[in-house]
Amino acid sequence: MIELQNVAYNYGGGELLSDISLKLAPGSFHFLTGPSGAGKSTFLKLCYMELMATSGRVQVFGRDVATMGRDEIARNRQRIGVVHQDCRFLDHLPIAANVALPLRVSGRDTSAEEANLKDLLSWVGLEDRADALPAELSGGEKQRAALARAVIMSPDVVLADEPTGNVDWEMSKRLMSLLVELNKMGKTIMIATHDLNLIRTAKSQVNARVLRISNRQLQLAGADL
Amino acid sequence: MKLDASELIALLKGDAQADKVVPPSGYTATLTLFTSAAMAFLAVFALALSLATGRLADRWASELARSSTVRISAPAGQMDAQTRAALEVLRTTSGVASAKALSQEEQRKLLEPWFGPDLPIENLPVPQLIEVIEDSSGYDSDGLRLRLSAEAPGAVLDDHTRWRKPLIKAADRLRFLGLLSILLIALATGAMITLAANAALSANAQVISVLRLVGAHDAYIARAFVRRFTLRALSGALIGVVAGMVAVAFLPSASETGGFLTGLGFQGWHWLLPFVIPPLAALVAFRATRTAALRRLKELT
Repeated sequence: MIELQNVAYNYGGGELLSDISLKLAPGSFHFLTGPSGAGKSTFLKLCYMELMATSGRVQVFGRDVATMGRDEIARNRQRIGVVHQDCRFLDHLPIAANVALPLRVSGRDTSAEEANLKDLLSWVGLEDRADALPAELSGGEKQRAALARAVIMSPDVVLADEPTGNVDWEMSKRLMSLLVELNKMGKTIMIATHDLNLIRTAKSQVNARVLRISNRQLQLAGADL
Repeated sequence: MKLDASELIALLKGDAQADKVVPPSGYTATLTLFTSAAMAFLAVFALALSLATGRLADRWASELARSSTVRISAPAGQMDAQTRAALEVLRTTSGVASAKALSQEEQRKLLEPWFGPDLPIENLPVPQLIEVIEDSSGYDSDGLRLRLSAEAPGAVLDDHTRWRKPLIKAADRLRFLGLLSILLIALATGAMITLAANAALSANAQVISVLRLVGAHDAYIARAFVRRFTLRALSGALIGVVAGMVAVAFLPSASETGGFLTGLGFQGWHWLLPFVIPPLAALVAFRATRTAALRRLKELT
């Protein structure tokens, strides 16, 4: 799916990440943890091609990202669902339109996917909020809507950056169970979080590997969490 | 250019959904519309000026070139003999369709505006005028001058080039300036639409980055902007052209006494020419916005 070989990333003021190698196998479930500012978001951005590695090689779906054209990057992004930390909605469009946005921009017929969209919204418990604007949603509702948008294209990989950052514990558990459900449907999942409780809860439901970023390196965390 | 054409077609077909992903923009829309209308209005006048001066240059060139004058100043006794000799020379000159000595009556008429109707022209040493009409091939004026000076020493040929040349030159220059104005108007429109498009792109930077993150192609994102600006430029230019044409139509019509200024307008099929302006404005807007949008998108991954 996604493979990093000796990847480094440099923001300009020294390396944030260096010599990182990782292979995301299909159907795997990873947690990415580490102190804030350690580079979790940067790592995910490298995976969904918002940032380009300053050295090393990133391969997405078997293709070297450095050799991809802009349109190819766009096409590959349609196969990766991303839940952004700050959700990233279009504020002037209602939630249903925001969730359906990936369909729209990829040129799919959104009216044909109407039933799909409805199912998806009820799966994340937002069927009553379809016509609300993003600003009218609570933090948890936004995160769930972001998750719905991430999976509407039925992507092979779902990357989530602190999906439970602004929500209470009940909501976190609910979001996590949605992600576990997606993994059971065969999706590759990677979640960046600093919430160790969340990781512990998830480990009881799914066979997850925990990666930790510290000192610019990616390490496999022990089973003792 | 080929890519442009397919883009343009996709654009005209329209995609209501793609339009909605970019929030509607209030005042930039109005400004673009106004700019485009004002520019089209000016373009109509520049076009009218070019066409009118073009017509004028052609008219002067043909009317003045077709006729010339031979003026004979001679002592009273020799006048008739020299006139006859000059007419004979003209008759045998190739390229001269006809030559006719003006009668006293006709000469009096020419002088009337200056000296009044009661001028005793027969008592004055007024030179005899011969009106020469050329055929389409024209004559060799230097050769004719030589022959006239041999046969009729008092004859002076005036083929009007003296008058014609600076006038035609002025008219040609005016026509060129008119066309240059149209070009400048097109470039200024492009520049203003680029500025407006850049403002719109900056205002919507957030929207653009979200679209890019959910997998939108550059062409898709650009189209949402390009379509708006192209349609605004097109409709603005239409308004401007119609207003400009109405204004031109209400100019006083061409008349002898009004001279050049009243000839400013369109004639015949030239009335259709201003309708080239709106599609041209749309094309300028299309290219300007597309270039601005794609350049902006290159800054995002």
